[in-house]
Amino acid sequence: MVTAFYIASAVAIAATIMVITRTQAVHALLYLIVSLLSVAVIFFCLGAPFVAVLEIIIYAGAIMVLFVFVMMLLNLGPESAQQERQWLNPRMYIGPAVLSLVLLIELVYMINQGLATVYSPTVVAPREVGISLFTTYVLGVELAGMLLLAGLVGAFHLGRRRERREHGTDTTTQAADTESSPNVTVGEDS
Amino acid sequence: MFSSIRSLWIVFKHMFRRRETVQYPDEKPYLAPRYRGRIILSKDPDGGERCVACYLCAVVCPVDCIALQATEDEHGRRYPDFFRINFSRCIYCGLCEEACPTYAIQLTPDFEMAEYHRNNLVYEKEHLQIEGQGKYPGYHFYKVAGLKIGGKDKGEAENEDKPVDIRSLLP
Amino acid sequence: MSFQGSALLAILVLLGVFTAAPGLIWLERRLLGLWQDRYGPNRVGPFGIFQVIADMVKILTKEDWIPPFADRPVFVIAPGVIIFTVLMSFAVVPVAPGIGVVDLNVGLLFFLAMSSLGAYSVVLGGWSSNNKYSLLGGLRAASQMISYEVFMGLSLMGVVVMTGSFSMWDIVMAQQGMWNIVPQFFGFVVFLVAGVAEMHRLPFDIPEAESEIVAGFHSEYSGLKFGMFFVGEYLGMVVVAAITTTLFLGGWHGPWLPPIVWFGLKTFALVCFFILLRAGLPRPRFDQLMSYGWKVMLPLALANLLVTGAIVVL
Repeated sequence: MVTAFYIASAVAIAATIMVITRTQAVHALLYLIVSLLSVAVIFFCLGAPFVAVLEIIIYAGAIMVLFVFVMMLLNLGPESAQQERQWLNPRMYIGPAVLSLVLLIELVYMINQGLATVYSPTVVAPREVGISLFTTYVLGVELAGMLLLAGLVGAFHLGRRRERREHGTDTTTQAADTESSPNVTVGEDS
Repeated sequence: MFSSIRSLWIVFKHMFRRRETVQYPDEKPYLAPRYRGRIILSKDPDGGERCVACYLCAVVCPVDCIALQATEDEHGRRYPDFFRINFSRCIYCGLCEEACPTYAIQLTPDFEMAEYHRNNLVYEKEHLQIEGQGKYPGYHFYKVAGLKIGGKDKGEAENEDKPVDIRSLLP
Repeated sequence: MSFQGSALLAILVLLGVFTAAPGLIWLERRLLGLWQDRYGPNRVGPFGIFQVIADMVKILTKEDWIPPFADRPVFVIAPGVIIFTVLMSFAVVPVAPGIGVVDLNVGLLFFLAMSSLGAYSVVLGGWSSNNKYSLLGGLRAASQMISYEVFMGLSLMGVVVMTGSFSMWDIVMAQQGMWNIVPQFFGFVVFLVAGVAEMHRLPFDIPEAESEIVAGFHSEYSGLKFGMFFVGEYLGMVVVAAITTTLFLGGWHGPWLPPIVWFGLKTFALVCFFILLRAGLPRPRFDQLMSYGWKVMLPLALANLLVTGAIVVL
């Protein structure tokens, strides 16, 4: 398990570096997927199979597919790869590199504080995850639910069809259309 | 939704139907005598060839797949020197059979003429000629039409009618 | 239960699956023939069974062509992804007591994860071909698979609620008395539809709809790579059938016959049903597919989950 953990970590780091350095967007996304998969393996090694599988389903399986979907629609050609290559010159690295270095130093400091424990994973079953979600963290779950509901309503609002006549529109919008459009005689009384 | 389920059920019931496929090479289908398949050249009841090399078939052929060359024997009887049908072009329309004044060229109910080489689809006279009378047994063109021989014109022999005057309305 | 996750079993399952896939091609052609009042392949060997070998030889000896305008690495990876994910899905399928590869306590979610990763195969294959028809196929596949995955997962949650476990083995054991298809009938229907859509089998083969977008995402594929897509599709059919058997049709449970035979029979019947779907149903339009998914299937799955949860709590 420890070996698997280190291998997965190495893969994750390598894949993430590749994500940053690729010039072609879809290749970068592929590496990002590999990175997410290796993170899932890390979770699995650490005794959280539920989180591991959710990571694959949600991040690698759904969100990344949407990313790829958008990339396919954008139809990025060689010129965008050229642009990427320009952006990847070492001068651009400095800012993120410094910030990351700060984070790394902080991380090393934290580990040295003695917070690091011996690697002894206890398997967290899905049942325990569920129980803790709906008892200890029930507020968080509810808040996330509200957020999702708001997102849902927003998506519905954006996706709603209005004032557009096509064959195949549902009856309600059609009725609204006939009332609003002047060149259609609605009835005898008008 | 229910129509989908119904169509599934109907398709499922087809499991118990008879299959429509004819297992062709094992089980030959019936072909009508007038089926338009491979073209042949037939012969008289006497064994002489019927074709008089009039070129009508070659003229009427919409895809120009018939080629022939007329020649005469010592009695002045026309016959084709060569007669060639390119079956890779032939569309089996049967117009040549209709045009033929002597019932020489006929279409037969045989379609199994696949070849590996295209050149083999060009049939020469010896491939086309059969030893029978085809669809019109007993028909002899010159017995019906009469024949001019040395010293005797058409219709001048005993028991021979005068040829029909095609420029007159009278019978 | 004495569960043995040995490598030998894994290899046996793999072999069984790999021999099943080409057999399925023959089975599908024969069954379609049967339902369309014709014969299907019946010339090569007894009942045409060696047609499979002839097809294999043909597809293996074909030129494996990579178009010069394609994105080469992605083009090569894409067909491998589908085979990989589908075969991985078999790992969590309990075939019979003691026969199975692994008993994960998140087995069901593992299957969902693998089927969601399977979408990449189609999407990337479509994108890397650099062909507008392939791209359209890939786009269609992406949107179809994402939307049908949602309620595919939701439809299974009813079973999970009833059993109280994500483990496939526990779910099968819980169906000792009554198969899940009786209390979870709507879940069963939704999962079946979603499974067909997820494996883009025929009524929902919109990503490859020949009559609209040539062959969709695998227009540019040939030879062995095309064969991998093809086998992946058939294996996907077996996976969905096996998972449905496990979750809803009581897995290996059944009277008189040995468990492995029962499992095989149920899976086979479901595969035949999928082929019947292909024979009997027309392909929906893309917007019909989407509105069907979001407006009918998703509410149905949610209502099913809600009612199941309420009953279990009470």
